[in-house]
Amino acid sequence: MILETIKSQKITFEQKVVTLARLAEGSIEVLNKSEALKKYIEDGIICDLFEGNAPYRPRYIVPDYDVFMQNGSKFLNLDKPTNIWEAVHGLLILYKHVPSITTMPVYLGNIDYLLEPFIKDESEAYLAIKLFLKHIDSTITDSFCHANIGPKETKAGLIILKVMRELELPTPNLTIKYAEETSDKIAVEAIQTALVTAKPSFANDKIFRDDFKGEYGIVSCYNGLKVGGGANTLVRVRLGALSKLASSKEEFLTKVLPEVSKEMLNYIDERSKFVIEESGFYESSFLVKEGLLEKEKFTGLFGFVGLAECVNNLLGATEKKDRFGYSEVAADLALEIVRSMSSLVQNHKTKYAGEFFGNTHLLHSQVGIDTDRNESPGCRIPVGEEPEIFEHIVQSAPFHQYCPSGIGDIFVFDETYKSNPEAILDIIKGAFETDMRFFSLYSDSCDVVRVTGYLVKRSEMEKLDKGEQVLRDTTILGKGARDNAKALGRKLRSE
Amino acid sequence: MSSIELTAKINKIIKFSNVDGPGNRMAIFFQGCNFNCEYCHNPETINICKNCYKCVDECPTNALYIEKEKVVWNDSLCCECDRCIKSCGFDASPKVKEYSVSQLVKEVAKVKAFIKGVTVSGGESTLQYKFITEFFKEIKKSWPNLTCFVDTNGSLDLEKDIYKEFVEVTDSFMLDVKAWNEEEHFKLTEKRVENVIKNLNFLKEIGKLFEVRTVVVQGKLNNRMTIKNVSEVIAKTDVRYKIIKYRHFGVREILQETLLPPTDKELEELESLAQKLEVKNTLII
Ligand code: SF4
Ligand code: SF4
Ligand code: SF4
Repeated sequence: MILETIKSQKITFEQKVVTLARLAEGSIEVLNKSEALKKYIEDGIICDLFEGNAPYRPRYIVPDYDVFMQNGSKFLNLDKPTNIWEAVHGLLILYKHVPSITTMPVYLGNIDYLLEPFIKDESEAYLAIKLFLKHIDSTITDSFCHANIGPKETKAGLIILKVMRELELPTPNLTIKYAEETSDKIAVEAIQTALVTAKPSFANDKIFRDDFKGEYGIVSCYNGLKVGGGANTLVRVRLGALSKLASSKEEFLTKVLPEVSKEMLNYIDERSKFVIEESGFYESSFLVKEGLLEKEKFTGLFGFVGLAECVNNLLGATEKKDRFGYSEVAADLALEIVRSMSSLVQNHKTKYAGEFFGNTHLLHSQVGIDTDRNESPGCRIPVGEEPEIFEHIVQSAPFHQYCPSGIGDIFVFDETYKSNPEAILDIIKGAFETDMRFFSLYSDSCDVVRVTGYLVKRSEMEKLDKGEQVLRDTTILGKGARDNAKALGRKLRSE
Repeated sequence: MSSIELTAKINKIIKFSNVDGPGNRMAIFFQGCNFNCEYCHNPETINICKNCYKCVDECPTNALYIEKEKVVWNDSLCCECDRCIKSCGFDASPKVKEYSVSQLVKEVAKVKAFIKGVTVSGGESTLQYKFITEFFKEIKKSWPNLTCFVDTNGSLDLEKDIYKEFVEVTDSFMLDVKAWNEEEHFKLTEKRVENVIKNLNFLKEIGKLFEVRTVVVQGKLNNRMTIKNVSEVIAKTDVRYKIIKYRHFGVREILQETLLPPTDKELEELESLAQKLEVKNTLII
């Protein structure tokens, strides 16, 4: 395996270094795992998403970049920025020192608010921002890297959207925080950008702000986390596979689900414990020392996929009208399952989840990984089975309140919406009024497409199909999701 | 509201439409039209079913049956094969539902959070102006933020007193101007153009014209003349001119051979003509 990695011609040098590091980490066993847990892992029911055997940094890190803008960084020998060039330059340096599970930062900050104070001359700012975004795409070669803008309209925000439309690059991913104070102007600009380059997504600012008692960041695919904190780990359960262990829905709800949840929560604790107590991350990182991170704002994520398959299995639903997405019985059962999981997670108090969260982990509707088969992302309706958009939104929204650290649906719109982007804004406003938390869109004519939560270029996947090297490792994941999970076969919304 | 509740025959409701006015709208298509355009894309919306029963036997799923001498449609059995429509030689459809004003308002209630408003279309919606007036009044009462649009062929003289309340309660109109020349218009639609042009001016004057549409057919129509004259009326206003490329989609089969879609070049030339005549907002679709 090591030699194979070293000799590979399909991956880049950076990708080799990361793979070799993973192999090294995988060669030791330091975590306590119960027999039951091992069995679940072996059967592919519980999975730690390749986090490795000895977690030496939190999975997702959400630095408070405002602290850097105010103070600069002693460790990096950077003064507080005073103009647009120093601002983008300082951030680009800092990003290279923000770790995560992918080794690259998954969160870049509310980049419009960070840069706005430095925008004096708009054409100069445009150039600085264009170089900044191009630099990010070419050096942070992983589109789990996510920036935020909004909710207020800013000059910086408008420039960022314009540049992204022009560059059509997959990295960074982008979300606009949408609130009542968001102007229609920037919201429509955001939609027009999304119809070209599959971003930004829209986050329901009010719901996130309530859940995170103030500042939050959207990171990685669509994960909501506390600014100045993050997530130590994410472990997930495959509900579709799990449902096969139950002979009835009663047995599933009263026995199978509580049992697996207990093992999951203990495993999340065990992994977090290693990060917190053994790895030395919180003692040694300058991000903590300089006040960009606080241990108490970190938590663990309890993820799940395959709610649709789980419910369809338990109900033996084969006909469309009985399946998740169409039947009320299926929707009710699905809600009952998510509610049970949510209370199991909330009732588990642990010193390995931050005080900020009342020492609890958070429920996360996970989007799946490239090798998943027969498990739809989180609470989503399976690709290819989606109902009409109105029914789709009304069916999906009730699940969103239970997953503070992330859940979302993706909608694909046809070309006609480019001449009436306001129509999509009306739909988003309605979706948020219906308490949807997160809304992503792209157009069927984009090169950049959203796979499950992250972005890839179709043209890059085609390169991979031919066995050529590509810059971004997410392209490899996108190809898997396309081939194994039909992730690009979503229903097209027209008229 | 009137003591006997008004009802209307509705061919189709599209909950989310992005092509029937500003933003996302619920579009309601009424059955029945007083024109008979050669290029009509939904000819089955022109006439009201005369209950000849011809289509009933054609239905493969028994979604159509006869009750009290009338054809009834059970939409839950329908597989949307459209055999009934193809078999009807009368340009009618059995797949029509009768709605009262309050039933229709209930449909709006379901989607009200997601839409900017409703648009009534057809067939020819204005033939149901009494129903629509009551319907719009109810909408305004319940949700004052929703806008009410009418899509019309412009055949009724909207300046007349009887339409006063209807025009008042409508926020804006989308008007088809199919041809400018009287003879050409008559040949295409079997109706005179006089009222259409009157409405074009009238609606513009009162600030209730959102959009004018002209379908461009190659060779057959003097598209240039139509677009020139319309452009002169709406120049320098915010009225949008939608120049629509004729497509065979939905058109009666026997007429498809005689009608030809224009080239993209012709469409662009027509658009630049409109722009030259100072139409501020044009769109080719
Ligand atoms: S006015 Fe419209 S509905 Fe009526 S016949 Fe003409 S195209 Fe068809
Ligand atoms: S729809 Fe046409 S064929 Fe069917 S009953 Fe009515 S008029 Fe006859
Ligand atoms: S479309 Fe017409 S013929 Fe076909 S199933 Fe429906 S009602 Fe019957």
